[in-house]
Amino acid sequence: MVSCGVPCLTRCFVRAALVHLVAGLAIGVLLAAPGGLPVPAAFLTLAPVYFHLVMVGWVTQLIFGVSLWMFPRRPRAAPPGPDALGWAALVGLNAGLVLRAIAEPAHALAPRAGWGGWLVLAALLQWGAGIAYVAAIWPRVRAR
Amino acid sequence: MGRGDRVRGRDLAAGPGSLSVPRLACWFVRAALVDLLAAFTVGALLLADKGVGGRGAVWALFPAHVELALVGWVIQLAMGVAFWVLPRLAGGTSRGPEGPVWAAFWLLNGGVLLAITGSLTGGGPAGLARLAGRGAELAAVAAFAVHAWPRVRAAASGV
Repeated sequence: MVSCGVPCLTRCFVRAALVHLVAGLAIGVLLAAPGGLPVPAAFLTLAPVYFHLVMVGWVTQLIFGVSLWMFPRRPRAAPPGPDALGWAALVGLNAGLVLRAIAEPAHALAPRAGWGGWLVLAALLQWGAGIAYVAAIWPRVRAR
Repeated sequence: MGRGDRVRGRDLAAGPGSLSVPRLACWFVRAALVDLLAAFTVGALLLADKGVGGRGAVWALFPAHVELALVGWVIQLAMGVAFWVLPRLAGGTSRGPEGPVWAAFWLLNGGVLLAITGSLTGGGPAGLARLAGRGAELAAVAAFAVHAWPRVRAAASGV
């Protein structure tokens, strides 16, 4: 972790963003498939997942990663809190998104199968990730 | 870094390697972060509500969620960073007149608030508020484009 630092965190953000982009656009292809193609009905429940993989998983995550790299850093002597917050944002955002991508269509197809709790957890994870990111980046935006 | 930029700009962080970033860019980024938090909060409420099987009153916030995420977060952050990093005007240190960019900042944020207010209230005034909000957002983008256009031309011509 010590040798990794912020560039490693940014690499993880950008690679995860690319994975989400590919997954999101793949779902977009399936959603756009003409009625004659053998696309399972379950895929029709993926529209919200498609939007969020692109807007959160790709756009927002790329911004998170690049901004944590580009914005001026604190002095080396500063405690490593911001890095920990960045990692928390990375884990929370991706865990929440993946959980959502699984649980949301599952909950739509089988509302009584107990997937609802996982959706709540996905919401909490992404919300926590947003808070962690803002807490990490805000001190680097504040004027001296 | 020109003297004028030192006067108008602010250091975003202390210590070695810190950069001087214009105060205006700070405002855009801070406002974008506030909107990001608001968008994530509303989004989490919506998703959690879906999880508990409700289609409750919280879904009235869905248009606000979209407005905050797309305009308040993504577009606003892009404008702030663009103001910061686009090439200076030909051969100098000036980013050009800041008036249109300040106008863009207030129009964009006022427009987001108006559009959200319009989506949360009913009746005829709500439609007018939504329309005025979207109009203000359009005016904000136009004002920003007026500012950014010559800076982009200067870069393209290699000056």
